[in-house]
Amino acid sequence: MPRSILACAAALLLTAVAAPARAAEAAFKAAYASAEAANAEAGKLRNQWTTAVAALAAAKKAAEAGDFDKATSEARKSEQLSRAAIFQADEQKTNWKLMEIR
Amino acid sequence: MTGLAMAAALIAAPSFAAPAADAPDPAADLKAFQKYFRDKFPKVKFEDFVNGPYSMDEGLYRQWKEKEEFPPYEFALDLGKELMAKPFGNGKTLADCFPNKGVGIRQDYPYFDTEQGKVVTLELAVNQCREANGEPPYSYVKDEMAAVTAYMAFTSRGKPFDVKIPDDPRALAAYENGKRYFYTRRGQLNFSCATCHVQSPGERIRAEVLAPALGILNAMPIYRSEWSGMGTTSRRFTSCNSQVRGVPLKPQDEDYRDLEYYLSYVSNGLPISGPGARP
Ligand code: HEC
Repeated sequence: MPRSILACAAALLLTAVAAPARAAEAAFKAAYASAEAANAEAGKLRNQWTTAVAALAAAKKAAEAGDFDKATSEARKSEQLSRAAIFQADEQKTNWKLMEIR
Repeated sequence: MTGLAMAAALIAAPSFAAPAADAPDPAADLKAFQKYFRDKFPKVKFEDFVNGPYSMDEGLYRQWKEKEEFPPYEFALDLGKELMAKPFGNGKTLADCFPNKGVGIRQDYPYFDTEQGKVVTLELAVNQCREANGEPPYSYVKDEMAAVTAYMAFTSRGKPFDVKIPDDPRALAAYENGKRYFYTRRGQLNFSCATCHVQSPGERIRAEVLAPALGILNAMPIYRSEWSGMGTTSRRFTSCNSQVRGVPLKPQDEDYRDLEYYLSYVSNGLPISGPGARP
């Protein structure tokens, strides 16, 4: 009996440690999926930014090394950059004419 | 600048109403384009616009004259000449695919191929020829491709660009698409080709003097010390995209071919000067 209580306690302790780690991984996965989608959308508009692509790669690398906090922050940065790229591409669909020599 | 700050800056910029779309008129574009550069640089002789950064700066111009005495692209000319004549597996040659065996024809490219329904650049024509004869294509950015296009440019020196837009709505659409690409801001720096090569030619970016967009393709391909070798038009386009932190397209992508069509057309009348040598 005491032994199984000990085992139980150990198991509880493990989940207590593992739960935040799993949450961090889940947060990363969500952030990475959004970043990838935004990057793909910028690609369809033929306007990916090198910095967005680099941040996406950095996110992946950090996740592979188990650093999900860094991975999530890189993924979020990548998504922000891609959103700006998408905004730029949409805005330039007509506004490129402002620069034309006439 | 972070992406958010960039987006904020874009949003904060007063949103001018873009001018109404008017009917495409390449001939009028050409006139306005050439006038813009003549007015901006009244001291530069018209034919000198083909010398890229060298036309903008007297010190550089002297350097260029000195370079031309021992041109660093000379080995590329020899290689290009050899490759033009070297038989493919089937006995035909690259020269066989071109009018006049590829000699003195650079000024006619790119052209709109009504059969393929697209713009064919000199680089694309070279690889189409190789593939049609069962040979693997060259890399678009340097080495053999730079060598054969250097040789073709060299044998065309002095001939004015003579790019035509046939009476075909697809050709006009390609021209307009190239123009759009040229003036479209891109990359995290939010620059278009025109930001650097129309608004700022003659100014320095780090150690480099910006070339004017007028005549900007006449000297291609070029030797650059920074590349320690030759680079093609494809190489220059992709590196200029990367400079503004934009992911470049694939060499000879439709947008790049249309861009080359536009830029070459508005330089009609200016002599081919390639290959060029750059600091
Ligand atoms: C951030 C500024 C910048 C932008 C934007 C830019 N370029 Fe450039 N470009 C340069 C610099 C710097 C060089 C090297 C110096 C020079 O020759 O102008 C160069 C060189 C070139 C050359 C070779 C000129 C020569 O005679 O050696 C070509 C062609 C060219 N650019 C085309 C383009 C096109 C097309 C675009 C748009 C897709 C573009 N550039 C956008 C900075 C820019």
